[in-house]
Amino acid sequence: MSRHLAQRLGQALLVLLAAFTVAFVLLQALPGDAVLIKFLGSEMGLTAEQIAELRIAYGADAPVWQQYLHTLGNFLSGDFGTSIRAGVPVASLLAENLPATLLLAALAFGTASLLAVALAVLSQLGFAWARAFARSMPSFFVAVPVFWLGIMLIQVFSFQLGLVSVIAPEPWEELILPVLTLAVPISAPLAQVLIRNMDQVFGEPFVAVARAKGATHAWVLWRHVARNALPPTLTMAGVLFGELLGGAVVTETVFGLAGLGGMTQQAVANQDVAVLQAIVVLSAAAFVTISLAVDLLLPLFDPRLANRPAGAA
Amino acid sequence: MNVDLASRLAPATTVAASAPLLAVEDLAIRYVSGGTARRVVDGVSFSVAPGEVLALLGESGSGKTTTAQAVLGLLPPNGAIERGAIRLDGTDIAGWPERKLAALRGARISLIPQDPTTSLNPVRTIGAQIAEILEIHGERDRTRIRARVLELLTRVGLEPAEMRARQYPHQLSGGMRQRVLIAIAVALRPGLIVADEPTSALDVTVQRRILDLLDELRREDGTAVLLVTHDLGVAADRADRVVVLRQGQVQEAGPVRQVLAAPRSEYARQLLADAPSLATPRARPPVPATAGIMLKVDGLLQAYPVAGERGRMFHAADDVSFEVRAGTTHALVGESGSGKTTTARCIAGFLRPTAGRVEVGGTDVAQLSGEALRQFRRKVQLVFQNPFASLDPRQTVGAIVEEPLWNFAPVAKAERERLVRGMIERVGLPDAVLTRPPAALSGGQRQRVAIARALVLRPRVVVLDEAVSALDVTVQARILELLAELQRELGLTYVFVSHDLAVVRLIADTVSVMRSGRVVESGPVEQVFHSPADEYTRDLIAAIPGGAGETRKTAQ
Amino acid sequence: MSGATLGLAPLRALRLPPLGLMLAWAVVAVLLAWAFVPGFFAWQDPLAGIAGRQLEPPSFEHPLGTDGLGRDMLARVIHGARESLLGAFLAVSVGLVFGTALGLLAGARGGVTDAAVMRLVDTLLAIPSLLLSLSVIILLGFGSINAAIAVGFVSVAHFARLSRTEVLRVRRAEYVEAAFGSGGRFLAVLWRHVLPNAMTSVLALAALQFGSAILALATLGFLGYGAPPPTPEWGLLIAEGRDFLATAWWLTAAPGLVVVLAVLSTERISRSLGARRT
Repeated sequence: MSRHLAQRLGQALLVLLAAFTVAFVLLQALPGDAVLIKFLGSEMGLTAEQIAELRIAYGADAPVWQQYLHTLGNFLSGDFGTSIRAGVPVASLLAENLPATLLLAALAFGTASLLAVALAVLSQLGFAWARAFARSMPSFFVAVPVFWLGIMLIQVFSFQLGLVSVIAPEPWEELILPVLTLAVPISAPLAQVLIRNMDQVFGEPFVAVARAKGATHAWVLWRHVARNALPPTLTMAGVLFGELLGGAVVTETVFGLAGLGGMTQQAVANQDVAVLQAIVVLSAAAFVTISLAVDLLLPLFDPRLANRPAGAA
Repeated sequence: MNVDLASRLAPATTVAASAPLLAVEDLAIRYVSGGTARRVVDGVSFSVAPGEVLALLGESGSGKTTTAQAVLGLLPPNGAIERGAIRLDGTDIAGWPERKLAALRGARISLIPQDPTTSLNPVRTIGAQIAEILEIHGERDRTRIRARVLELLTRVGLEPAEMRARQYPHQLSGGMRQRVLIAIAVALRPGLIVADEPTSALDVTVQRRILDLLDELRREDGTAVLLVTHDLGVAADRADRVVVLRQGQVQEAGPVRQVLAAPRSEYARQLLADAPSLATPRARPPVPATAGIMLKVDGLLQAYPVAGERGRMFHAADDVSFEVRAGTTHALVGESGSGKTTTARCIAGFLRPTAGRVEVGGTDVAQLSGEALRQFRRKVQLVFQNPFASLDPRQTVGAIVEEPLWNFAPVAKAERERLVRGMIERVGLPDAVLTRPPAALSGGQRQRVAIARALVLRPRVVVLDEAVSALDVTVQARILELLAELQRELGLTYVFVSHDLAVVRLIADTVSVMRSGRVVESGPVEQVFHSPADEYTRDLIAAIPGGAGETRKTAQ
Repeated sequence: MSGATLGLAPLRALRLPPLGLMLAWAVVAVLLAWAFVPGFFAWQDPLAGIAGRQLEPPSFEHPLGTDGLGRDMLARVIHGARESLLGAFLAVSVGLVFGTALGLLAGARGGVTDAAVMRLVDTLLAIPSLLLSLSVIILLGFGSINAAIAVGFVSVAHFARLSRTEVLRVRRAEYVEAAFGSGGRFLAVLWRHVLPNAMTSVLALAALQFGSAILALATLGFLGYGAPPPTPEWGLLIAEGRDFLATAWWLTAAPGLVVVLAVLSTERISRSLGARRT
């Protein structure tokens, strides 16, 4: 097991380094010098010499590969650079904005999981019309733009029904609609994978054997199908992290919440590449960690995976 | 199958005219798919007495499995009983709701499924899966359940029971998994066990042991068995009575001996004639001693590194040597994992052996690569086991057969077309198939297409890798006839890979028996089958289903 | 193969495709017509507003009302089809061409090439797609074409991974081995057997990605990184309508519903393509 772990860890680090490189190439290695963009604007009235000094101060005059190594070194030591727009370290910006986004994402993911499980169970156990409904909902959920859904929820629940206050809401109240908005599109692929796998497992010969033992449909669902359908769903959940984060950014924008979303928006608008680089690398790191965790969790659900790499060694 | 069954020891002859445990009356079942309804079972009637073994015998599409599923109340969602009754102890259960049927299943009727590899839940332990049937039917006491599980495991020969109970299905072999499924089926001492092709997925020696176990347990408990099988030999060995099904209708029914000795229906006669057995006379001309050696395999070794174990090698084929004379058939026979397919693939140039020589007409295949290997393929062709997988679904039959010619241009288009037409006709297919995709053809027709593709280049050697194993016996018999004809006409040399000794005996001149990568015995077919020198060969021959009568006859 | 067609009784003489699928194709046909000949469906000018006619509710003249500048909303939605479909088409083309090429290369060559391509794919998949497309937009600048390229860039990884899997699946198929056995050369077998059999599911993915691209482009448009105003783009329309949500909700609802219908339809069509594979 430990050799497998080391191998997967190495792979994860490699992907992370590659993600850093891709982000660096896209954001920093090509022209479109952030320092120039910021200070060449006439309103500050800086001279060419002053700009040159600033570029040296920001390290923008060095050859690209030196910048790359420099930035990489900084990242490894926990220094994510300085936000050119805000003039503060990116790390402190992150510390300020990350917790809110994480809370939103976690709540939304929990809601999405509940929604997905509810749809999946309904798709197998309900009346015919309920099953059809549960099966058609995910495609519908996928098709709805997150930002539009958020706006529509505000329209219905706040403006029309007045159920959720948008003016001076309680902290928990403030999160209801954003969580719902974000949960809907995340729940769709989860439910789809869950339903598809359940259908597939229901067709397996061992289910016929369980039925032949006298098991009822519900017994088969809980004792056999659920556990076999779980591992692929877990994998899917890991893959959805990227969607979750992207969705959170959009949702925060729609609801005007503070968090990574606003930070990203500002960074893109101002070409504040250091901020964006940090966000990209950080989310890639989170993604890699999550898929690693999923990988290590899977053998708990499927004993066939447990002794896969160990062999007889 | 001309087994003389008069001398056969009939099992359980005491079950004369007691009231039937199961009575199926005029059963008709329909499947609906894609807007079309097909009646797959049409007016089937039979009965099973307590303690009796009744075989439902038929080829694919005969409705035998559907009938068995209906008895269990486990038809697929798109299947429905149109008419008829299924009486269990006199009560018609055909119209029973799911809940009532569920209470019956496992307790009164149980199932032994077809494929043990997929019939156990991969994520639960063996013990839990045996315990489940007790839990479903109301047992709550943990210690009693545990004791019963261990007892059952011991009873089916899975020991030490404590260890087996903790294992997962993937840690057991196919035969062991089938024992687990038998343990589940007998757990509540049901009156009837439905055994749906219980050994078709197993090697022949394992098959015999499993069927022996089932026989023993059902005798002890006095359980009746509805044995669904395509294998005439299995039915002959294990059943008291047999019902022969074809396309959803009963062709013939009666005591096994009577049906086998004097079949009344046309179809049963055909089936008996086509099923290969050790008793069928061989019609192979003697090998002319003058024929030269066409294929020579010498010290063939195919080794793979063992995963996870540095430096250890697994020998899929180990020091395999044999010679085949031109115009004759050499069979490679063995169970799964014996190395017969590995050897065949080395001969056909699909695998490069680790060591050894494979000479075809004087060239060493093992040394060929690139263009030389490509040119070599004109001389040696391979026919695969599965005609559903070996034909490109997007090509027409005409294109499939034409492709080899196209690869070895220059042949004019008109000439190519003439050759393809000739070949299609030669393998007994109508012209009309040329423009059809393989999906529109039956299994037997597809295998004919695969043979046509192999022969269109006029090869010297054809390697047939289980080429008839996936086919129904009547279809298999026609393909074997075709292969024999083609061999006579074209002077072909065959390497015939098979697990089926009865077929091998009919078609081959010489045979190599393989086990764990090694040849354990080699020689002319008559010699190997009549006086096998190796114990494993004897074991294999004795395990051939349908041999019960044969061996007893020779013993007398 | 279980060939007993006894009592063959066709329940329906005429087999129509499922209703949902027909509706999906109908929606796509209408959207395509909007994109190609918007003037045929919308008589009003999508760009020029009428002074004094701002924020009118739906009426016979303006079925979806007018926006904050007095422009006919229906005309803007209809003209928006061109922007969205063209953008999605460009995005899918980028993903399909580069992704499939990478996947084919990886699957057919194997070894080091395969490992390198797959690590690159892993990397692209590790970065949330919105952030990845924002990074590309920072590099290229704002605008509808750049947004489309950014969305396409993100889908390269998906196409590469699927086409590689498919190529590997087909390469292992017995009919491919049989084709080599018949004396086929590598490229000939690749062209005649591997490619056609691997492409079906890649095309199904293309249909699916078309819907995702519409969605992603609308998101970028909404955030203000796509087409600049006053271009009628669905995401942008929603962003503009949002300011008048309390008084004229239909300005936001209408373009959103069109996006939902478009994405739903492509998803349904993609499913039918994928199902035909077996």
